[in-house]
Amino acid sequence: MPRTLSAPVTVAFDYTRSTGPVIGRFLTGLRDGVVVGARTSEGRVVIPPPEYDPVTHQPTTDFVEVSSSGSVTSWVWVPEPVAGQPFDRPFAWALVTLDGADVPFLHALDVSSADEVSTGMRVQVRWAAERAGAITDIACFEPADDGAGAIVPFPGDDVVSGVVTPVELDYVYAASPEESAFYRGLAEGRLLGQRCPTCHKVYIPPRSACPTDGSPTTDEVELPETGTVTTFCIVNVPFLGQKITPPYVSAYVLLDGADIAFLHLILDIPAEEVHMGLRVKAVWKPREEWGTTIENISHFAPTGEPDADYDTYKNQL
Amino acid sequence: MRDVAVVGFAQRQMPEFDGSPTCVELLVPLFAECYEQTGWTRHDVGFWCSGSSDYLAGRSFSFVSAVDAIGVIPPVNESHVEMDLAWAMYEAWIKIQTGEVDTALVYAFGKSSAGVLRRTLALQLDPYLMTPIWPDTVSLAGLQARAGIDAGLWDERAMAEVAQRSLTDAEKNDYAVRKGGSSVDALLARPMYADPLRKHDCAPVTDGAAAIVLAAGDKARAVREQPAWLTGIAHHVDPLSMGTRDLTRAPSARRSAAALDVTGVEVAELHAPFSHQELVLRRELGLADDVSVNPSGGALVSNPMFSAGGIRVGEAARRIWSGEASKALAHATSGPALQQNLVCTLASTPEGTN
Repeated sequence: MPRTLSAPVTVAFDYTRSTGPVIGRFLTGLRDGVVVGARTSEGRVVIPPPEYDPVTHQPTTDFVEVSSSGSVTSWVWVPEPVAGQPFDRPFAWALVTLDGADVPFLHALDVSSADEVSTGMRVQVRWAAERAGAITDIACFEPADDGAGAIVPFPGDDVVSGVVTPVELDYVYAASPEESAFYRGLAEGRLLGQRCPTCHKVYIPPRSACPTDGSPTTDEVELPETGTVTTFCIVNVPFLGQKITPPYVSAYVLLDGADIAFLHLILDIPAEEVHMGLRVKAVWKPREEWGTTIENISHFAPTGEPDADYDTYKNQL
Repeated sequence: MRDVAVVGFAQRQMPEFDGSPTCVELLVPLFAECYEQTGWTRHDVGFWCSGSSDYLAGRSFSFVSAVDAIGVIPPVNESHVEMDLAWAMYEAWIKIQTGEVDTALVYAFGKSSAGVLRRTLALQLDPYLMTPIWPDTVSLAGLQARAGIDAGLWDERAMAEVAQRSLTDAEKNDYAVRKGGSSVDALLARPMYADPLRKHDCAPVTDGAAAIVLAAGDKARAVREQPAWLTGIAHHVDPLSMGTRDLTRAPSARRSAAALDVTGVEVAELHAPFSHQELVLRRELGLADDVSVNPSGGALVSNPMFSAGGIRVGEAARRIWSGEASKALAHATSGPALQQNLVCTLASTPEGTN
């Protein structure tokens, strides 16, 4: 058995960004099949155009159209592409100085082996068939031929003012050894916390160190499935991925014997009747549905006991 | 300026850490080592600063979870940088210079193996024009390596010589995750990976954490007979765009070194995750030929994200503490192809030695 539990996690977000006048101008050009650079105060034509002049720090205004053909100034072979790159098979990245420009520009180069690329070779832009005003409007560079950089006309008379960049990252997320013990306990229907050897506080889920004094927590403590609602909120707002129809209650439940409350659902009671001090008990899913997850506990429900005295949980708020 | 020294250093490095990306389990024993080295408790630390990235951890606020390892009752004076440990140290050095505190413990952590590191690092690039096509770190370094080869500044043999020396030196470093020299010819006989880079030209993906303790004046002298005095520290940054700078140079490293007195440096720990980058740095930092470079094996044998730069400072400090060197230089880098660089000098006296 591995020391810790782990599971795949994907974090994804579409970043929406406004482009401003300079990058907007560049991306508008790409959509229309033209590479637009800018002349800096030093007289160099730079691609992509910098938003501000590197020497005078003035906004860039002197835009220059350059050729979509040029020369490779450096390159590297990509034997194992990663997700999101222009190709999912081996390819080259190249720094290419387009004719009319003074500095190189980075993009993929479509060749089938490292033997087909060399510094100084002539290449041209291969335009994406459908273009939206993004760097991906350049599909890649390709070795130059006589029909250089054929452009599929793309209608568009507005100026590109924004880009949406989807970012998706895949991880194998590991729980700490202490969290792993907690999840393995849940798979057996047990609630396992840990006690700090210095201040004797009991944490569930357990942490690798006591946040109060930094001591590693080592003593395992099994806790009962009963506890007290310390504070709560009524969820009225629908959101993506919501599993329960609002309104419902999310609450901090302080298990008896614990020194820190944890978040769970309070059901089997009208939302408006949930209150601080309410005594609750874990309601487990059917055993055959259990795994190493807090979802083994479907929710907490009132026990019917009298409310807990405020003094018993005032330090855990 | 106040005299500030490195008086504590602890590190952990491994190919794959089988624990949480907040690395609390790694930080607790690291802090314990720092307390043991200094004779302090956490209450003697005036300022804390960490370096880490949530993109690496794959979760939000991982640096807040990491604070568990400190223990924060009573509350602590704490900060965070989304940068390497060396920059966390820079913030702490400034904090001590202000006179607000006399001591600091800085730490950093990263579980690179949780995702695909060379891909995750595309998020440090221009988000408009680079990240959408996901240029990976290895490729960007490869473009830099080829630029130098084409310009005749170095060749594959010179790169292999750096790797061979690093792998050999790593045999004496318990923390190195890749070690064992063979010969330059044997390295050159290995297959190309990201042409012009072979795998030994690229730092291994490494998990880990590290901590550095700083103290001012008499507080430093009370901890160690021979503190490693930070006699100079500077950092600068070059443009992010790969096209607008000469990739064979690192002007930000040159400018940082120019702000310091690097004469008389005996040992230099350089944060060069790719073999050719050590060659770029040697030139930019103006290191003499007899300077011992990366006796730890350097980042080429172990490169835990967010701590590998600070580990260079710790490795340099250890050599001052032991008397092995009286003046050392440490360097940290960040960003693609040596975009951002920090350089500091450490010496056996606060005035420095020449």
